Amino acid sequence: MTPVVELVGARKRFGDVEAVRGVDLTIAEGEMVALLGPNGAGKTTSIGLMLGLRRPTDGQARLFGHDPADRRARSRCGVMLQESGTTGVLTVRELVDLFRAYYPSPLPTERAIALAGLEPKAGARAWTLSGGERQRLYFALAVCGDPEALFLDEPTVGMDVETRRAVLESIRALSAGGKTIVLTTHYLEEADQLARRIIVIDHGVVIADATPRDIKARIPSKRVSFRAGAPLSDAIFQGLAVQSLEVAGLRVRLLSHEPERVLKTLFERGVTVEDLEVTGADLEEAFLSLTARR
Amino acid sequence: MTGPSVAPLLQMLLAQTRCEILMRWRVPAFSVTNLVLPIVFFVFFGLPVAHLTRGDGVSLGAYLLASFGAYAVGNVMVYGFGIGVANERGMKVDRLLRASPLPPLVFMLAKVLTALVFSLVALSLLIGFGIVVGGVKQPAAVWATVIARLLAGSLPFIGLGFWIGYWSGPNAAPAVANLIYLPLSFASGLFVPLNQLPDFVRAIAPYLPSYHYAQLAWSALGAGKEPLRESLLWLAGYSALFLTLAVRAYRREERAKFA
Repeated sequence: MTPVVELVGARKRFGDVEAVRGVDLTIAEGEMVALLGPNGAGKTTSIGLMLGLRRPTDGQARLFGHDPADRRARSRCGVMLQESGTTGVLTVRELVDLFRAYYPSPLPTERAIALAGLEPKAGARAWTLSGGERQRLYFALAVCGDPEALFLDEPTVGMDVETRRAVLESIRALSAGGKTIVLTTHYLEEADQLARRIIVIDHGVVIADATPRDIKARIPSKRVSFRAGAPLSDAIFQGLAVQSLEVAGLRVRLLSHEPERVLKTLFERGVTVEDLEVTGADLEEAFLSLTARR
Repeated sequence: MTGPSVAPLLQMLLAQTRCEILMRWRVPAFSVTNLVLPIVFFVFFGLPVAHLTRGDGVSLGAYLLASFGAYAVGNVMVYGFGIGVANERGMKVDRLLRASPLPPLVFMLAKVLTALVFSLVALSLLIGFGIVVGGVKQPAAVWATVIARLLAGSLPFIGLGFWIGYWSGPNAAPAVANLIYLPLSFASGLFVPLNQLPDFVRAIAPYLPSYHYAQLAWSALGAGKEPLRESLLWLAGYSALFLTLAVRAYRREERAKFA
């Protein structure tokens, strides 16, 4: 079967900056894939290459086996982009109706609006919507054509918790209904909740392509910091799932994907701990450890 | 897969045109200026002299309606495309459309159709006002010819509008459109007949697109100053020039955004 997305040795250079540096990936029908990476990693450029919004400087991009700019390929895709806008004087319903006309067999208008949870705002002009509502409008525009594949670039940015939960729920339902879904995010948690495959991109290259379980085991997701009761030797951390360990006097900072087990072992080894803090790791520093290990 | 794999282009065009018309209609700065301003100008410059007859026997009222008609259509084209396109670029509407199955040509064709609809409405209101309030009389066939010629000959101003839209930013577009279009209209004798304008203006008028454009309407009344073919040649030349500039500005923008 023809894959939905094919990037072969794809490179993209903007002036002096090479945003994508040789990406090979194939996404098959029905997959639910998250492109994960810190800001500026090349996720958006990669999506742009997949959709033909950008031409690869080198290598190849195919969408449903066609040139990505081909109308036959585009007609099978729904798209939600960052930094896109829409005409503010039209209402939600009018815009959804307009985008439906671009597709061969669209969803009923009200259905698309309901999928985005925008029923109360269906008659409102787009410029009156809040940031989160506007994201939902873009989601409605992406799904209204009932496309086989959805490309969602940072779909939950700017959404409040409630909206985010509802939209993630819709995405999950669409995936369960057989749609191919490609989304970008810089939240490991979001990728983990949704995707069955996570592609980690950093500095324009794929550094990991695996199941969420496998990725989580490799990316330290928590930062642990504390003050030790007494000076510690390096040996005390022997055999622990710890990345990027920093010991400055009594101050200890480390990254780990299983902070509970690390702390338990440290306690068992007689370490006393004060000012303990366990926080979600900044993905950027987490990636540093991942790339460093390669 | 069952069913057609792409949506019919006509369906896209109709939906897109419908939304373009709604968009323009809902922005009073556009709809009012385009539909009402030509009538206001006619009230000031035309109404007091509408009953007079020119030296060549043509009704001055009809002549001025034809002039303001030419101004009105050019206005819709230059402002509609210039400011409309520049604004949409500012709001990044093009990004989402670019990723959709809508072909760029259908998008532009919808804008052209919308502008033609607004032009027809503007002309009908203006001429209707001239007939009812100004008491200007011409056979229906003459009015129909004036309207048809002004719509068909508007291509140079479509090109000029697209060029302004892709070349200037959203904030600059209204000023640029005014700076280009108002002097152009004035110097072509659309507001005040040419014989009342200074000599240097009369000397440059025959080189301006709106001068030859207005000839299409004036000659329909029997007040033309050149054969129809000559007007059409000038307009074809200006169309080629402005459309080339518009395509170049469009391509430059495409390269910057989507290359």
